Amino acid sequence: MTTPVIAAEALSIDYKLEGGWANALLDISLEINSLEIHGLVGESGSGKSTLALALMRYLAPNARISGGRIFFDGEEITHHSAAQMRALWGRGFSLVPQDALASLNPSYTIGEQIAEITRLHDGLTRAQARAGAIEMLRRVKIADPETVAARYPHQLSGGMQQRVTIAMALSARPRLLILDEPTTSLDVTTEAVILDLFRELIRENGAAALYVSHDLGLVAQLCDRVTVLYGGEVMASAPVTDLFKRPLHPYTISLLASLPRPTTGVETRLPTIPGAAPSLAERPRGCVFADRCPAAEQRCHDEKPALEVIHDGRLIKCHRWREIADGSLQIDTSPKTRGVDAAPRPGHVLQAISIRKTFGRRSLFDRWLGRPSSGVRAVDDVSLAIRRRSTLGLVGESGSGKTTLARCIIGLETADSGELELLELPLSLRLNERKPAELRELQMVFQNPNDALNPFMTVGAAISRTIRRLDRTLSREQLHDRVSALLNAVRLTPEYADRYPSELSGGEKQRVAIARAFATNPALVLADEPTSSLDVSVQSVILNLLKDLRAEQGASYLFISHDLRAVSYLADWIVVMYLGEIVETGDVDQVYLAPSHPYTEALISAIAVPDPTVKQGRIRLEGELPSARQLPSGCRFHTRCPRKVGAICEQEAPPWQDCGDGHFIRCHIPADELRVLQQTPPESAVVNALGD
Amino acid sequence: MIGLLIVTIFILTAIFGPWIAPYRYDEIIRGAARQAPSADHLFGTDRLGRDVFSRVVWGARDIIALPLLASALAVFLGACTGLFIGYYGGTIDELVSRTMDGLLAIPALLLAMVMLGTIGSSAIGIVVVITLLYTPIVARVVRSATLNIRDSGYIEAAKLRGESTAFILFREILPGVLPALVVEGSLRFSYAIFLTASLGFLGLGVQPPSPDWGRMVNDARDSFSQTPWALWAPAGAIALLIIGVNLLSDGLRRIFRYEGQLV
Repeated sequence: MTTPVIAAEALSIDYKLEGGWANALLDISLEINSLEIHGLVGESGSGKSTLALALMRYLAPNARISGGRIFFDGEEITHHSAAQMRALWGRGFSLVPQDALASLNPSYTIGEQIAEITRLHDGLTRAQARAGAIEMLRRVKIADPETVAARYPHQLSGGMQQRVTIAMALSARPRLLILDEPTTSLDVTTEAVILDLFRELIRENGAAALYVSHDLGLVAQLCDRVTVLYGGEVMASAPVTDLFKRPLHPYTISLLASLPRPTTGVETRLPTIPGAAPSLAERPRGCVFADRCPAAEQRCHDEKPALEVIHDGRLIKCHRWREIADGSLQIDTSPKTRGVDAAPRPGHVLQAISIRKTFGRRSLFDRWLGRPSSGVRAVDDVSLAIRRRSTLGLVGESGSGKTTLARCIIGLETADSGELELLELPLSLRLNERKPAELRELQMVFQNPNDALNPFMTVGAAISRTIRRLDRTLSREQLHDRVSALLNAVRLTPEYADRYPSELSGGEKQRVAIARAFATNPALVLADEPTSSLDVSVQSVILNLLKDLRAEQGASYLFISHDLRAVSYLADWIVVMYLGEIVETGDVDQVYLAPSHPYTEALISAIAVPDPTVKQGRIRLEGELPSARQLPSGCRFHTRCPRKVGAICEQEAPPWQDCGDGHFIRCHIPADELRVLQQTPPESAVVNALGD
Repeated sequence: MIGLLIVTIFILTAIFGPWIAPYRYDEIIRGAARQAPSADHLFGTDRLGRDVFSRVVWGARDIIALPLLASALAVFLGACTGLFIGYYGGTIDELVSRTMDGLLAIPALLLAMVMLGTIGSSAIGIVVVITLLYTPIVARVVRSATLNIRDSGYIEAAKLRGESTAFILFREILPGVLPALVVEGSLRFSYAIFLTASLGFLGLGVQPPSPDWGRMVNDARDSFSQTPWALWAPAGAIALLIIGVNLLSDGLRRIFRYEGQLV
């Protein structure tokens, strides 16, 4: 039997809080062998980052190991001093952090930062280390490493920064690489490229890796084994195929069921896990998941289940796993349908025609000298229409102009030119020229729930203020009733009206923000990535809520997201944007199926499917998103397009092709040809996800 | 806590000065010039035979009231300016900010002397000059705090429901900048005391025979070898008051930082 690179035995970690120690991790057992990528999954607050740092013995000063042991290459390191650990950090373990920019020193060049590591650990000379650094940059597939080595962190894009942190983590050739959600701040297309790189580099280095993530799709595609954490305890641990194909723990089953996937039915809802994750302070006597478990019995509340070994290192912590395994207990995850008819209605709620927005960087001084604007063309001649009672999904990478377009529609930015029509009446581009009656028809749900609510106003005050702007005739009682009704609609109790935002969780804040958006009975609600900063199980709650509200309140949505899964769940019409232009528009099925624009194809292919047995023939986009300051000539996508046909793509703007039923693609390749081509992925860009 | 205690004692002294002080500030006690501190004269008497303790107590009024008034005015004007230019940004922000930067580039004391020299020295003059000097500083602090809040979702939500600019500035943004404003205000108060005392020392303060701590220090300077207590008493009072206000300001900062974590 081989010695695992890292092993934890019944590890427990406590944090010092006011007046005592609170238990954060309880009885964690984990083993990672070399060449293995171990996924660690859990909601925020489940202790996954704490565990990752604890394995490195790199805990916060107010944390302590209260039980258990940690082994590194067979040697116990539980009680190593900081000095002993320092020899291991870097060489033994290294960490790829979540926020790349924050972890790079802004005052050193990239080359110096990487060289510093090898100079310290391998005693290389300055020149050797520098050469080594450039070699490392080349290995993480950075084009032109010599130039990049001389740059400072802020001069690189997010994807490049993350590559640099990977190069740094690997340059001391560690035995164990800890990846703490390294791709959450990246675009899907960049994410896919970075993940390929991990896989390759871990194999090359003979290292082991712990991959911390809340994205089950990524874990399914990347990892060999998965451990599921909940409330600081291991719920299940299994080889990836077993976990995804035959989940045995009720939590795992519910979590997998709650992932949004493209739906065909109109009003299906995502199964959700009721309740909220437990807090650190009060560890229940029984099973930590019992309160939210659909299969909980009295026994589950009274008695803590033991962590059992099923076979071959498959672990589970549940009283009833045998019943689940032999099929006598079915966990009900069937989506609950709601009997509200909400088919799209004829007519448009909003039409935008030829919207343009350029962000100038002309200072007072430039204007005085009459210098021309070197503007960024964020939105360039975009038209779209949203039908009544429908959802338009707006998709694209960051920098595609999707948020700017939405802000132009709602009036937070004033479009340079173009026309807007609200409910078939002309609407001013300027917010301050819009009438109150128009304002109340357009509302917005913001991306970040943490700054969507004024911290000094109660929930009730925030909502009732919005209602009063709409209807000043309401009496105090009517107002109070309306606030309660709205809170009810977003599945919160009326008591929430007296709370301040600081007392709410992220998901609750977002629900309040949604309630506020619906306070004026709007015709159109713009939702700008409303779920991107929330946990998976909370995301499905919010998506369901939005779907229900559309049916109940008869509103339409403009739903902006880079998450195609969420978009396809909620939207019935999709618009794909690239560099300020629409490249494809159509209904969900049309966009998903061939023929589609090569960019859409790449976006769809970059979604990690939460099924390890699906081999994804992934298309990777090469290079970076070009600067919107200097737009590529011809087709804007030609610099990265895997299906570029030739000079025509570089010279001529592609035509709109009508593929029937309102499905439009902007590409030089004829639609029929695209359909044939897309039966097989482009040769040059195929990477078999699990092929080797 | 200590800061609050010190400041409270000084304020009480200022209010009840006439009842505390055994003599009037300009009362010349016959045959009692240059007396060392004693039970009769706590801080002794100066070279003219005036009771130093009484003068310090009487002087507390001006040295607290004028800076307090001036810093309150500066906080009010600065907050309005800062909110306004921070929220609107653009050309108006550039113009106002650069003007204020220009004003701040000149040493405060020098500017105050020039202005007082021009308009003549009086209590109102001092208040006006200090207000003018400190408004840009407060405005800068408020402006940067406003910039942090300006693009928040809740401000945009307020715009989307058609709130007036005044509502957004004073009801949505102001609560968020209030902690910074209170701390800055208390800091301005301590600097204003210092500036007032400095102006007094240079003879540009409240005119005699009013007891001004700065002037008292200057007067006592010549006869320091004979009546050191006449110098130590007002100088010590200035120092103690400023230390008190600074401690208070630190305390406020800590309270707000703690609350800031909760928010």
